[in-house]
Amino acid sequence: MRLRHILVLSALAGTVLLSGGCSIQPWVKPYERDRLADPIMAWDRDAISSAYLDHIRESREGSRGATGGAGGGCGCN
Amino acid sequence: MTHRQLLARAAIITALLLIRSTNADVLPDNRADVFYSKYSGGGMDITGYSATARAKVTENFALEANYFIDKVSGASVDVLSQASVIKDERKQKSGTLEYLHDKTTYTASYMTSAERDYISDTASLALSQTMFGDLTTISLGFSNTHNKVGINNGTADKPNVAWVGHALTKAYSAGLSQIITKNFIAGLNLQVITDAGYLANPYRSIRYLDGSAKGYSLASQMYPETHTSTAIQVQAKYYLPYRASVTGVYRYFNDTWGVKGNTYELDYTHPISNKWIFEGRARFYKQSAATFYSDLFPFAASQNFTARDQNLAALDNTTIGGKVTYAFLPDGWRIFKRGTVTADVSRIRFNYLDFRDIKDFGPPQYKPGAEPLYQFSAMVYQAYVSIYF
Repeated sequence: MRLRHILVLSALAGTVLLSGGCSIQPWVKPYERDRLADPIMAWDRDAISSAYLDHIRESREGSRGATGGAGGGCGCN
Repeated sequence: MTHRQLLARAAIITALLLIRSTNADVLPDNRADVFYSKYSGGGMDITGYSATARAKVTENFALEANYFIDKVSGASVDVLSQASVIKDERKQKSGTLEYLHDKTTYTASYMTSAERDYISDTASLALSQTMFGDLTTISLGFSNTHNKVGINNGTADKPNVAWVGHALTKAYSAGLSQIITKNFIAGLNLQVITDAGYLANPYRSIRYLDGSAKGYSLASQMYPETHTSTAIQVQAKYYLPYRASVTGVYRYFNDTWGVKGNTYELDYTHPISNKWIFEGRARFYKQSAATFYSDLFPFAASQNFTARDQNLAALDNTTIGGKVTYAFLPDGWRIFKRGTVTADVSRIRFNYLDFRDIKDFGPPQYKPGAEPLYQFSAMVYQAYVSIYF
């Protein structure tokens, strides 16, 4: 019974959100984003360099993933 | 603030307002890069060259192509201990299509990488969508890789490659980037990767105790044929009270082989005028060993799965690096919007906690299992020229 209530409430909440009845207003206005648009705030300024460093690490560590793209090949040697 | 900085800031604000007035996103600028890299450490030297070009065909459609070539000489310690010196070349080509529709960017790419003894093909699909007044960007991705794994039983000059197996890899990723304040942005990435097939490195061996003169012998590794890993990364970037930014990154990793990894990274980026950007980074990584890893097994075939691959050992490494970007065309020239040259240097110190150096140390001075632990330092150099147009 409790599970059914949760499901009904979730469905209602989802419908309200999807229909735009609860639109979120941006709290950082577009004209306040000059600092965020500065290249020093980019997640990845140089994707080729990042992919190269990821490839070096993945060839020598057990961990992998969740950092962005990495190159192919085995790094077997 | 100089007159030029004020102009640059005014241009950025104007561009943002123009973007917003169309109520849709834009694809990044056209860009071309030539790239040089060198890795040197642990008995290996790898020199890489790369060229990349990216161009918008229309406002909604962009193409990117990359060519990368790596030249390898030498070999890592566990390969060298078998007295085979490696010389090889890896060529990687990739192509990417990007399509922007309103606030959604769709990306399809294909990459192929070929070495004498390893061929890898990857197809990827991804999408990213901005929402909630462009404060939030979500991304989803999937890639499918086929690897063909071989071993060179010949020499560097007269190769004799035997193909030993195939491996299939599927990667699923999801990401979230969130503007928190006008100075602060945070991100979350999740990636699950599954592999099936031949997953061992054919050049590396286990060692086990026996009655030989050395006290041990070598044998092939036996890996499971499946592997699933999960990695979660959180990152945050903050614009300091003066024009500079600081980035913090943490990643947690675990897999079905028992490896658990933690990565911590801190970056500081400091521009000077619109010509120079200086960046410093420190990274620390630590992992536990795989459950079937051992530096020295008690006897041959002592368990179903066996590994002595240094990547699966307990280890830590520390990276200190710096990067300098100089804009030789800070304000553009004719069709070029900007041109930069970048130099990047990193030093990585690797410490192995249960992987011993059997290349340089052995009997009679050191009994099997009593050799010093392996450690080495590597230098990574990168230099590249980037043109935006």
